Amino acid sequence: MIRLVRRPAPSRFWAALSPLLAVALTMAVGAAMFAALGSDPLVALRTIFWEPIFGEFAWYFRGQLLVKAAPLILIAVGLAMGFRAGVWNIGAEGQYIIGAICGAAAGLALYPAETRLIFPLMVAAGALGGFLWAMIPAFLKVRFGTNEILVSLMLVYVAENLLASAAVSWLRNPESVGFPGSRNLSRWASSANPELFANTGVHWGVVAALIAVILGHVMLTRHLMGFHIRLAGSAPRAARFAGMVPGRMVVFCLGIAGVLAGMAGLFEVTGPAGQISIDFGSGYGFTAIIVAFLGRLNPLGIVAAGLLMALTYVGGDNAASNLGLPVAAISAFQGMLLFFLLAVDVLTNFRIQIGRGAVA
Amino acid sequence: MDLSSISLTLLIASLMVAATPILLAAIGEMVVERAGVLNLGVEGMMITGAICGFVAGVETGSPWAGFLVAAIGGAAMAALFGFLTQYLLSNQVATGLALTLFGLGLSSLLGQGYVGIKAQTLRRVDLGPLSDLPVVGRIIFGHDPIVYLSLALVAGVWAFLRYSRAGLILRAVGESHDAAHALGYHVRRVRMLAVLFGGACAGLGGAYLSLVRVPQWTEGMTAGAGWIALAIVVFASWRAERVLIGAYLFGGITVLQLNLQTAGARLPVELLSAAPYLVTIVVLVLISGRAGGRANAPADLGKPFHASA
Repeated sequence: MIRLVRRPAPSRFWAALSPLLAVALTMAVGAAMFAALGSDPLVALRTIFWEPIFGEFAWYFRGQLLVKAAPLILIAVGLAMGFRAGVWNIGAEGQYIIGAICGAAAGLALYPAETRLIFPLMVAAGALGGFLWAMIPAFLKVRFGTNEILVSLMLVYVAENLLASAAVSWLRNPESVGFPGSRNLSRWASSANPELFANTGVHWGVVAALIAVILGHVMLTRHLMGFHIRLAGSAPRAARFAGMVPGRMVVFCLGIAGVLAGMAGLFEVTGPAGQISIDFGSGYGFTAIIVAFLGRLNPLGIVAAGLLMALTYVGGDNAASNLGLPVAAISAFQGMLLFFLLAVDVLTNFRIQIGRGAVA
Repeated sequence: MDLSSISLTLLIASLMVAATPILLAAIGEMVVERAGVLNLGVEGMMITGAICGFVAGVETGSPWAGFLVAAIGGAAMAALFGFLTQYLLSNQVATGLALTLFGLGLSSLLGQGYVGIKAQTLRRVDLGPLSDLPVVGRIIFGHDPIVYLSLALVAGVWAFLRYSRAGLILRAVGESHDAAHALGYHVRRVRMLAVLFGGACAGLGGAYLSLVRVPQWTEGMTAGAGWIALAIVVFASWRAERVLIGAYLFGGITVLQLNLQTAGARLPVELLSAAPYLVTIVVLVLISGRAGGRANAPADLGKPFHASA
């Protein structure tokens, strides 16, 4: 008989090892899935996980890796704060979209002025947009006790409808005939978010992600707010005795996630995406949830998790074009990863005992 | 705008059709939550049911086989959730999210090659002269069997929770798993069964979308219906009869906004499309603002159970 025995304290060894174990298990099951889809599993795994980093065209893929990882990391760092404190913001996708819309609108209002000041203004507008969108669930939670999970998620669908209306009417490029979508922001010098060093994929979003990771890490380990966040998650009652105000915590966690998601949206719309279009929302806000958990809700871990998740996107595209593997296989793969992670996490808090133990 | 083009009879009849997927998912989730488990993966189970049902419906040519396979598919997803949360004691919120993300990916993978196909849909029940009655005939006697099945399920769940011994045990497990465990009830087994039932219901709801309501397969076609079902359970304060009211109110809003769009209302289409989600938020706020709004929630909702604790 197999029994689970609660460990006196979570195992540090397994906490560090379980993401690796989860990745290995996902790859094994993923290989079976690829085989079922009719491609050689080893070739598929190599195409997804090896070629983008070490293959012939790695010089191109490595840049793409950072381009995809930056928004994921930026959003996940914000989400991780909330998840640690027990504030479940799952509407980052909406905050990301609204950030992009607000930032783009602020920039386009000044079109075609040529000044370096426009881009910083747009970043601020994007951050503000994401922040305000996240403040809706925060306010409702604090004032009325409304469930933030459902409200933040419903707002994603509202944001998608706003995006559609922006793309077809009020932000549409007046010079394009019949096509939806805004002016191309990446081709207007004042608003462009270009590659800072040739062929590296580093744009301002990557720089911002790096800063967010460092600040997030310092705050969690060195600042009183970080202490309160960690305490609120593990012992809410104790946190209140330590002087934490629960409402303020909700506002802070949702606010920081909103700011970061909004900025991620802005960097995307001025750089890789280039314009506000109907299909701008790409699911980064949801994938970032997986990234946050895979990174153990720890900013440094999130960097590794974000790069790995970016690799599945880039490698997945590579496999789609070279092996004809459906792109949807990658999102199933990503979902599976979170499952395995949650499953192997049992080893962190419990010890497996085989055979008969004393009856508790 | 031409409001006279909106017929009240047809509005009510199509409201019932629009509400059925959400009603099915919500009544299943309500049973799950009454057993003390919070499964946020309703959306994932629904979309899995939608694609499983559609594929089976197309391949066999029988919508009934579709619904059966959809229920099994939804329950299989739920089993995954149940195993993780009940046996491996993972966080229920995170696992539910994982279920949704995985379900969305899996469904679009399974749906490759089924986009744009039409499946055999369910015929309306023909009750002869009854269905031909004015107004009442169309509203009460003119639906497909799944609409009646969903209503029967609501009545069944209501009676089960209220009058049966098993229902009492299920509620006990949801209110205090430690007490139920001490009395010798199998907490995990009860919860697993509830989770499986919830998954099957969500699967049926998804299949109703892809086989009857739309009836086609498109990626991400549930479009938040599973989340709205979750909101309706809160709205209904965990009571079966109120789940029915909530789902039909919601169906009414959906149908009304669609009718306003076709009637050419001078409102932006995007605002009308966003209306169901905005209304859900408003309703959630009203419910939580009410005194003791959460007082009806099962006391052990979302708490993990481990016998040694």
